[in-house]
Amino acid sequence: MTQTVFAEALNQAHVEEMRRDESVFIMGEDIRRAVYGATANLLSEFGEERVLDTPLSENGFFGAAIGASLVGSRPIVETLTSFMWVGMDQLISQAAKMRYMFGGQATLPVVYRALMMYGGGAAAHHSDRSYPMFMNMPGIKIAVPSNPADAKGLLKTSIRDDDPVIFFEDGTISGMRGEVPDEEYLTPFGEANIVKEGNDCTIVAIGGAVNHAISAAESLTKEGISVEVIDPRTLVPLDKSSILDSVEKTGRLVLVDPAHKVCSAASEIASIVAEEGFWSLQAPIQKVASEQVHIPFTPALEKLVYPDAIKISNAVKKTLED
Amino acid sequence: MNIDQDTLKLILRRMWIVRHFEVKVMEVHSAGEFAGAAHPYIGEEAVAVGACAALRDTDYIAGNHRSHGHPLAKGGSVNKAMAELYGRVDGYCKGKGGSMHLADFSIGILGESGIVGSSVPVATGAALASKIQGKDFVSLVFFGDGASNQGACHESMNLASVWNLPVIFLCENNQFAVTTSYEETVAVDHISDRASAYNMPGVLVDGQDAIAMYEATKAAVDRARSGEGPTLIEGLTYRFEEHSLGLGRVRRGEYRSEEQIDEWRKRDPIVIHEEYLISHEIASRQECDAISSETEKMVEEAVDFARNSPFPEPEELFEDMWANPIQQP
Repeated sequence: MTQTVFAEALNQAHVEEMRRDESVFIMGEDIRRAVYGATANLLSEFGEERVLDTPLSENGFFGAAIGASLVGSRPIVETLTSFMWVGMDQLISQAAKMRYMFGGQATLPVVYRALMMYGGGAAAHHSDRSYPMFMNMPGIKIAVPSNPADAKGLLKTSIRDDDPVIFFEDGTISGMRGEVPDEEYLTPFGEANIVKEGNDCTIVAIGGAVNHAISAAESLTKEGISVEVIDPRTLVPLDKSSILDSVEKTGRLVLVDPAHKVCSAASEIASIVAEEGFWSLQAPIQKVASEQVHIPFTPALEKLVYPDAIKISNAVKKTLED
Repeated sequence: MNIDQDTLKLILRRMWIVRHFEVKVMEVHSAGEFAGAAHPYIGEEAVAVGACAALRDTDYIAGNHRSHGHPLAKGGSVNKAMAELYGRVDGYCKGKGGSMHLADFSIGILGESGIVGSSVPVATGAALASKIQGKDFVSLVFFGDGASNQGACHESMNLASVWNLPVIFLCENNQFAVTTSYEETVAVDHISDRASAYNMPGVLVDGQDAIAMYEATKAAVDRARSGEGPTLIEGLTYRFEEHSLGLGRVRRGEYRSEEQIDEWRKRDPIVIHEEYLISHEIASRQECDAISSETEKMVEEAVDFARNSPFPEPEELFEDMWANPIQQP
């Protein structure tokens, strides 16, 4: 195990997969100079043919990645979530639908790495956390890692998967350090991580919110409340049995989601538990998600929008009220 | 002219396949034999057939909603195409795609698209892969005058030029986006004029002349294959029928004059090609007629094939979602 920063773990995943499989290539804006860190040194090792700086043309190069994936290449696209709107036609009309629409003829091993730059005064146009919208669209797998080890393992799995994957990178943890195994490993899709075991209440948290859930769980321990924290790691596929098993044990559920709360990932998980785990529940499900407003620039207001440890602790306590 | 007699006859044969296919589709669609939209390619056959005659099986094509002519021009199966329109299991996409989503990956047909302009980046990406993989496959995308105003076209042409990709942008200018004339929506006289903005050749071709389409495409293919980059070709053509079957509210003469329709119908691409073959003694009248009747029979048989193919079973609903399947939510 080595202490590794999140962005560096992503970099390792790129390097290992590009060495292993020469059909893997990467394109995006300013990736040769690695402005976001994850693509550092790729140009010097893999050359201009496999590390492509693109024009500012998301619809164009998102679609070019699809076309390349159809004919034997395995493209990785680096982008920001907020720029994905510009290329939505290719993501939805083509990446998500092609395989089904063509009766299984098309195989699209393409990965879109989408950085979510929220929480740092980036304001409404650069702070999107859009994974729930893509959960609603059949045909796209979705990973949202919460720590460096999962970031590396899930990215390697994404690159090897034969379906389109959107890999959401939570910018609030880009600088997070964590233990990363020294030997090669893959983190499977559809297997939640039980981050912390507990008996009184289950918290399911997504992406950077997992850290807030852990903080809340630690402070609640001091008050004698035992919390189980689950990180789904991938939202499509979703490991619903781990969540349902935990709720069966604790009888209570708090969902923590940095996305806007309406039709969020939290909403979907709440719906699953209401349908399939209702008789395990001893209290109403609580949802701690981003407020249904745009992201304001001023730090005085922005910090009010997102889930934090205090909101999570309060929600847990609410499930324990008589 | 550098085009052999077999190719000239193949062009006639494929134009007749498309024509008979479309005439039959209009007949069976109006009889209610299958649902959904279908966009007849009648009048435009020379564009796709001439262009595809300049391609190899390993080259890629992608297309749009006016979708039957492209795969048939590249040698796709008439039976599978017809069965797909009928929504049957023996269709190209097992009935899941329908008229606007024909595809045959075994011969480089990477799919038609119902979203105007949406195939253009995809075809550009296939060309990118060809270049990265060190292959000499070229990619050709069919799009219309309407699509030429989409950002996807602009972005793709710029990408293809800066990366010097082996792709041919083939604009089928049939002059109308549903009912809106390209003269009202395109700021230049010819869509091919836009090529200069991307530093690539732009070629305006008579889209009723299959040989002219072949020659322009062949030149572009040769350029692409030898690493000289993309070309924009505009085939100026005309849609003889209405935009889509089932779009009953649009009537002849409402947005284009009867005189204009009649003038263009005089330039039927099949008639033009047959006259060439006969006057140059490449094929006799009888041979041309035989090609027509053989291909008409093929299409009749395709309709029987489609009618006799079963509909998919209910469990097929969840098939083909994933290459690497996951539990269905």
